Amino acid sequence: MSGPSDFQPTNPVLKWIERRLPIFGLMHSSFVAYPTPRNLNYWWTFGAILSMMLGLQILTGVILAMHYTPNADLAFRSVELIVRDVNYGWLLRNMHAAGASMFFFAVYIHMFRGLYYGSYKEPREVLWILGVIIYLLMMATGFMGYVLPWGQMSFWGATVITNLFSAIPYVGDSIVTLLWGGYSVGNPTLNRFFSLHYLLPFLIAGVVVLHVWALHVAGQNNPAGVEPKTEKDTVPFTPYATIKDMFGVSCFLIFFAWFIFYMPNYLGDADNYIPANPGVTPAHIVPEWYYLPFYAILRSIPNKLAGVVAMFSAIIVLAFLPWLDTAKTRSSKYRPLAKQFFWIFVVVCVLLGYLGSQPPEGIYVIAGRILTVCYFAYFLIVLPLLSRIETPRPVPNSIADDVLAKTGSKAAPMVSTVIALVLAGGLVAASVQNARAAEDNTPPSQKWSFAGPFGKYDRGSLQRGLKVYKEVCSNCHSLSYIAFRNLADPGGPGYSEAQVKALAAEYKIKDGPNDSGDMFERPGRPADYFPSPFPNDQAARAANGGGLPPDLSLIAKARSYERGFPWFIFDFFTQFQEQGPNYIVALLTGFEDKPPPGVSIPEGSYYNKYFPGHAIKMPKPLSDGQVTFDDGSPATVQQYAHDVATFLMWAAEPHMEARKRLGLQVFVFLIIFAFLMYFTKRKVWANAH
Amino acid sequence: MKGLGIVTTASSAEHPTRRDFLFVATGAFAAVGGVATLWPLVSQMNPDAATIAAGAPIEVDLTPIAQGQDIKVFWRGKPIYIMNRTKKQIEEARSVAVDSLRDPQTDQSRVKEGHDNWLVVIGICTHLGCIPIAHEGNYDGFFCPCHGSQYDSSGRIRQGPAPLNLAVPPYQFVSDTKIQIG
Repeated sequence: MSGPSDFQPTNPVLKWIERRLPIFGLMHSSFVAYPTPRNLNYWWTFGAILSMMLGLQILTGVILAMHYTPNADLAFRSVELIVRDVNYGWLLRNMHAAGASMFFFAVYIHMFRGLYYGSYKEPREVLWILGVIIYLLMMATGFMGYVLPWGQMSFWGATVITNLFSAIPYVGDSIVTLLWGGYSVGNPTLNRFFSLHYLLPFLIAGVVVLHVWALHVAGQNNPAGVEPKTEKDTVPFTPYATIKDMFGVSCFLIFFAWFIFYMPNYLGDADNYIPANPGVTPAHIVPEWYYLPFYAILRSIPNKLAGVVAMFSAIIVLAFLPWLDTAKTRSSKYRPLAKQFFWIFVVVCVLLGYLGSQPPEGIYVIAGRILTVCYFAYFLIVLPLLSRIETPRPVPNSIADDVLAKTGSKAAPMVSTVIALVLAGGLVAASVQNARAAEDNTPPSQKWSFAGPFGKYDRGSLQRGLKVYKEVCSNCHSLSYIAFRNLADPGGPGYSEAQVKALAAEYKIKDGPNDSGDMFERPGRPADYFPSPFPNDQAARAANGGGLPPDLSLIAKARSYERGFPWFIFDFFTQFQEQGPNYIVALLTGFEDKPPPGVSIPEGSYYNKYFPGHAIKMPKPLSDGQVTFDDGSPATVQQYAHDVATFLMWAAEPHMEARKRLGLQVFVFLIIFAFLMYFTKRKVWANAH
Repeated sequence: MKGLGIVTTASSAEHPTRRDFLFVATGAFAAVGGVATLWPLVSQMNPDAATIAAGAPIEVDLTPIAQGQDIKVFWRGKPIYIMNRTKKQIEEARSVAVDSLRDPQTDQSRVKEGHDNWLVVIGICTHLGCIPIAHEGNYDGFFCPCHGSQYDSSGRIRQGPAPLNLAVPPYQFVSDTKIQIG
């Protein structure tokens, strides 16, 4: 991509092809001989990381599409069946879902790197704008992908985001109807989002080709921000950049694998494990983390149209960056003021992201407005002004000089980073202190055998939990994603095939129609699913005082609670994922006969300390001695609650043991591989220094 | 793989050095990782657990099938012909010289002893997978409309492009009037 190559293959077959289609020469000049500045740091490996992520997302996405059903009635279940039944389906789904987050994580680093080192400046304006286009396409793709599982957040995210277009004067409503293909978000919406979600990544790949082309015409920027002048300033792309990129990629994969194998639900929202319900909006609608700063900007403006305009402007303004920042010096390394403002801007973005995840009330709204002003001020006031008033430090004569003078100048950016982060942390902590409500109904954390990287389900507890479900919960709650055969699956309650057959035969399953067209009942078979106690939702409501007992298959993942700052950061390292079971235990043990003074509970509801709103339609379901265990475990509510929560965690995450086991193998592999790559990279680069 | 490429250019092949070892080890590791990654990507194409579970054995009641009639049931998505053969059909099937058949098999080996009138075959033409029509063709058996393969009253290939007899699925008699397929 950087002009004609003098590469000539020696193999006659390749020669023959090369004369007709000079593809090997193109590859050679683009990815082998291509001169790359020798002073690139690891922030520059994110280009390769992003390429890998795009490839991985397309690969896993194409595979998931083989199993996914884009139909409003079937989509949610089909995703669950991928995770439960398809060979390695859980792995592929986790890779794709966490992959989207990793993709955005990498692209944000890539963008901030471009911002810091002035990579958008002449002659790289088109390169930068192509990047902004890719980012916009990514946002659209990510949003539509999030809709596909058709959970509550999918549905309401789709509703809220498509409604953004209703802000357009005069034609807004028509546009929204056009997007929906109906009078509300529904099956046509899901179908077209699926189609577009499949299409857009290939458009992204196309624009990435242009992006790389433009990069190879203008040449890479570098930390010094001076153009390569002589051969001494550059090294050939292969092996130097390739090996360095591969080392970067291998490190990134370790980070990625942490989410895939140990924290698959850390970045997701529990509400998305509840099937889409057009009649109920989740109490707290939050987009995926990578949209949060823009969501915060949207919410800080108290006017519909202006909010939408501000949100889109926040992205579009990036495209004008080359003309807003006209400073001659590219790299912020040599711009003392720009550097400080850059870090302040990073903090502003992080804080906006935090605010986007918080409820739009009180101090959060005010903070959001201030930060929105800061966000735009950085582009529209600070950068244009700095271009005129700032006196940059002298830049090195050449890249080679920069490499030689590298020692000593390292401390400065570190210091400002630390200051910025401390500042950000302090601000966040302060806002949290203000927002904390007086009453604390956070479920207490329990001890779980399945917690942590080596966690395993306690078989006895699973079997006891199943008994509690069968004897108590199943009177009202369905468990419709669990088949009897699952009880014999590895990593489950550990029943034998024969036991499962006998257990299944205890149930009556409706089947049919038979040859005379009638439905009939037959004994259950291992392939059958646990039958529901009620024929439909209406019957369930009618029998339960208007409340719908939720299906319990996913309840341990569909219920959660805010961990708050800084706990959610610690959770990432401790792999804390047990909000669901903690909540179940808390709920089952949180019934109180008399509500505390000042709390009134409506007729037909019961007071529960941990239920949101405290008024629950379910009467206290468990009492001591209600279920007897064969293994001598105590017949107490606490024991029942713990066992049934363990069972429901397994029901929600039946492949957890396989996931953690494979995770360990992958980690050992990746860490050794990263070490090998590191030493290989050092050996290769030894020639270059 | 990059490592392997460098071996040839960066050092002489005669004196393996520590550097060579490192490059080869890294390259080998990358290759092993790549292949291991391929495994789940390919394995996901196999039937999923629900499909496998749904392919469990089925029971079929034979009482409604009168002599000379047949029914078609589905097992694992495949049509299974269950034919209650007439005396004439059985005799025709047993009178042919086994050596003269393309896929030599006796009729006795294709039915269960004591239940000689019951022919149970997978109704999929062994040529290219079409479904043959029962009671058609020149041999009182099956005729495949796609490419003209003809099977006799024992489901054996007699004429046309198909190479093999209609397959007999695994089945057993649970009682005199009930079979379990699978």
